[in-house]
Amino acid sequence: MRTVGLRWLTTVLLLVLAAYFLLPLYWLIVAATKNTGDLINSSPLWFANPQLWTNLGDLFAFGDGIYLRWILNSVIYSGLGAAGATLIAACAGYAMAKCEFRGREALFNVILAGVLLPTTAIGLPLFLLMSDAGLANTYWAVLLPSLVSPFGVYLSRVYAATVPDDVLDAARADGAGEWRIFLTIALKIMSPAMVTIFLFQFIGIWNNYFLPLVMLSDTSLYPLTLGLTSWQGFADREPILQTLVVVGSFVSVIPLIVLSGGLQRFWRAGLTEGSVRE
Amino acid sequence: MRKRTAAVFLAPFVLLFAGFFVAPILYALAQSFTAVERSGLLGLHGQSTRFAGLANYGKALSDPGFVESLGRILLYAAIMVPLMVVGSTVLALILEAGMARWPRFFRTSFFLPYGIPGVIASIMWGFLYAPGTSPFTPVFAAFGIETDLLGPGTVFWSIMNIVVWLFVGYNMLVVVAQLQSIPRTLYEAARIDGAGRWGVAWRIQIPLLRPALVLITVFTIIGSLQLFNEPLVLLQLSSGISTTYTPTLTAYHDAFNSNDMALAAAESIILALVTAVLSFGFLRFVGRGRR
Repeated sequence: MRTVGLRWLTTVLLLVLAAYFLLPLYWLIVAATKNTGDLINSSPLWFANPQLWTNLGDLFAFGDGIYLRWILNSVIYSGLGAAGATLIAACAGYAMAKCEFRGREALFNVILAGVLLPTTAIGLPLFLLMSDAGLANTYWAVLLPSLVSPFGVYLSRVYAATVPDDVLDAARADGAGEWRIFLTIALKIMSPAMVTIFLFQFIGIWNNYFLPLVMLSDTSLYPLTLGLTSWQGFADREPILQTLVVVGSFVSVIPLIVLSGGLQRFWRAGLTEGSVRE
Repeated sequence: MRKRTAAVFLAPFVLLFAGFFVAPILYALAQSFTAVERSGLLGLHGQSTRFAGLANYGKALSDPGFVESLGRILLYAAIMVPLMVVGSTVLALILEAGMARWPRFFRTSFFLPYGIPGVIASIMWGFLYAPGTSPFTPVFAAFGIETDLLGPGTVFWSIMNIVVWLFVGYNMLVVVAQLQSIPRTLYEAARIDGAGRWGVAWRIQIPLLRPALVLITVFTIIGSLQLFNEPLVLLQLSSGISTTYTPTLTAYHDAFNSNDMALAAAESIILALVTAVLSFGFLRFVGRGRR
């Protein structure tokens, strides 16, 4: 009897917490259906003259459809960046697991220390370096740094170590080249790690704000995050932008929520490996 | 694998890492010791760079705005780290103890904010805080508390709330993952020895969670000290946030508004040093306690 009561008590407590985590998202759904006047004047947590389709139409029409361009840019930065970073990290992690060379542990520690560097300490000088190379304010300025995932190298190494050496030797004896062995045998065994690296890197790039903020000045190169905050900056002068920022945030959050649902299925691989070591 | 092959596999990562992690840090370090001098009327006759020693560091550390922002961010981290560690551990222990219904629903809803960019979260919470649109201020007012969630005193806590909201669910999953790696037999042994639910939590779970808690602590230290997105977005809404609210904001402002890259570099290096001292210091501290 006592345990049943305790069980309900904890459930109620967790429901309150769930409300805390979900409330801003609920607010976003409601607010995305409002016009600019109602956004400020109506009750914040309930619908008033819902007009989601009008808002969506306005969102995609504003500024010659720049919002769609921002979505595309975010997908390019995150998709290509995460795919490239995953492959590059897998190669490096595999080499570190399967070849003993001098300075291996030192190199590995330097790479891991890279995780600890504040992005600002890197971001500002990187902007100057990119400017010197003529790459500031281009896709490359955001894409190239996104290809580096120290965490990815770490996780790849852990997984690559589980690839049996005798399988690799047998493949070599059969005359398979190193690339083929890597692509057909090692990558298959490392695939859970690679999914995890890809998803973490994708969300990391998608959510990154400082790097594009520093690098880009041309609005047509902006990712979603930068585009939406730039609209917010102009909302004083153009009130419709207030609505568009809210609707735009709503649209941009949908794929990420789907993705983080997917990420949950793979988190175990990444998180445990990440923390078991010490 | 032969060493030549390994080098080919390693090359892409090492080159990119050198170019986009190591080079910028070295560049910032070099730049922080220089000063740009403009010559001629209005600096129109070009500019030259000279070695300035520690002048930029002196300038940064004697600027009350920057020093204040360092103090503020250290206070912020000192509150955020225990809050994050305790919060995520408690959530994980409750969920994993099977004490509540619908654990999957709860796990998902706590984790969901992790997928939302910090700036978008700040825009949303900005509406939820702003006096005209907040659903909370009327509730406070009903209890006789007149409050401005973006006011000078409160905005510090309001920013903290956004960050907790974003990351506590993610950190909870790190703890859950570690909990699930504890062998079942340990629990059975404890039960045979007569340990209750609290005993199991204190004697078995918390000690074995150590690696996960260390990981969360280090990443929370690093993340807290770099605080930037949330105050930048709320800057437009709140009178309590200045352009020197956090060290990162100050450096960004000095670099792009005041056009003083050398000073910004010095400020970034100072912040990186503080971060390194705190995170490595913490790692050494827990490492020693272990032996």
